[in-house]
Amino acid sequence: MTCEDLLAALNEVIDDASALDLYHEFAEHLTGCHPCQLVVDNIRKTIRLFRDGTPYPMPAAFEDRFRDALKAKWKAKFPDAVV
Amino acid sequence: MAPDPTADEPDDLSLLRRARGGDFVAFEALVGRLQGRVYGVARRIVGQSQDAEDVVQQTFLSVIEHLDTFRGDSAVATRVLRIATNFALKVLRKRRGLPTVPLDGAETFANVPHPDYIAQWRETPDQLLERAELREQLDLAISELDDKHRVVFVLRDIEGLSTRETAEAVGISEANVKVRLLRARLHLRERLTREFGDDATRLIPDHSHATGGTP
Repeated sequence: MTCEDLLAALNEVIDDASALDLYHEFAEHLTGCHPCQLVVDNIRKTIRLFRDGTPYPMPAAFEDRFRDALKAKWKAKFPDAVV
Repeated sequence: MAPDPTADEPDDLSLLRRARGGDFVAFEALVGRLQGRVYGVARRIVGQSQDAEDVVQQTFLSVIEHLDTFRGDSAVATRVLRIATNFALKVLRKRRGLPTVPLDGAETFANVPHPDYIAQWRETPDQLLERAELREQLDLAISELDDKHRVVFVLRDIEGLSTRETAEAVGISEANVKVRLLRARLHLRERLTREFGDDATRLIPDHSHATGGTP
């Protein structure tokens, strides 16, 4: 297996915790290839930052306008509803 | 073991069923649960606060409009994110004056850019997540992605949708989702490693070497 082969299979290595057990050639390549180890590690950290970074707060000024629009739509769909 | 504070809360589908019967309180509770994720997806795809607000509003108005068509065949959150993605893609189309954003063209693994700057990061993700300027750095990096790659990265890696759910949301094949995800991941890895990498640990990739007996 080459770095090129691993590159094509990177998603599986990143997403599937069992990939390295199932596909011994991935594990064997990674064990002997420090650059590929770092690339996999870098990608895992990249995803972690985006996933765990501070969520975007919805602007407070938008909240009121948004609720009003929902209520108006709700009243149109359910004329008897209490909103 | 501490009690789960959410154990007695109704799930999304229960709220949706109550909303379908005209219960606005249940609908508001559902909106409260999902609006942050919807806003996040919209904000990352369209890149502007004003457009993201429009996407959020259109999404939940559409949910009200089509309440009767919501079934338990897929997670409520996934279905709502799918609607939001469609509205966000419409914003991109409109912005470019195009009838369609070319998001559906097939891509292959050929010519996927190879990692160039390969190094250990100077800090751990936990340390980086403490930095106030991280948001800006991440926003800039993700904004540099092609729209078609950014959408897939947002849905798969940030929102945790499956490959199939992402394919359905964007209207492309699962194979295409995988290629676009790989391209997005490699671009962002390159970008962030140049930002956070330790130059002293930089490795020069040797694409020619092989292991495991494969030539």
